[in-house]
Amino acid sequence: MSDNPVFDRIQSEIDGNAVVLFMKGNPMFPQCGFSAAITQALTMMEVKFKGIDVLADDEIRNGIKEFSSWPTIPQLYVKGEFVGGCDIVREMHESGELKKLLDDKGVEYAS
Amino acid sequence: MAMEAAEIERLIKEGLPGADVTINDLRGDGDHYAAQVVSAAFAGKSRVQQHQLVYQALQGRMGNELHALQLQTSAPDNT
Repeated sequence: MSDNPVFDRIQSEIDGNAVVLFMKGNPMFPQCGFSAAITQALTMMEVKFKGIDVLADDEIRNGIKEFSSWPTIPQLYVKGEFVGGCDIVREMHESGELKKLLDDKGVEYAS
Repeated sequence: MAMEAAEIERLIKEGLPGADVTINDLRGDGDHYAAQVVSAAFAGKSRVQQHQLVYQALQGRMGNELHALQLQTSAPDNT
């Protein structure tokens, strides 16, 4: 527990879900091209992930930026670890590093 | 709301002295940029840490005045 209730909410999301994407919109209807790009990469890889729509929650929207010292959304977390935003995830997806990270962390794929 | 490319370059160079910075205005609208930053300060750091250093140099503008900055960071080759 931290002394910041928003951080606690964020922490419980990333503790409770192996792959979490803080995004604008939801995985079915991303509201921003950058969020859509990561959603597409994860969907292509058939990764099970939880999308959290920051547009629906201002506390999370502002809190997540402080939580990770990262000023932009989307933000991808795998097994509690901040992986990066759109540019990093795209680079890692293209180079195969993302797949390796997910495999190394034992992330589940949709069957 | 938009920022000039020269201003972005100046801030990054100020925050990361000696960095090699290339800015592209992706759509010519002064709002969507790509930056390539090569800095010795990135050596031994993860990509997340490298990008955080650039964001620090931009002093809170990223996500505010600066809507979209596609970042590519690396440490200089030793060769």
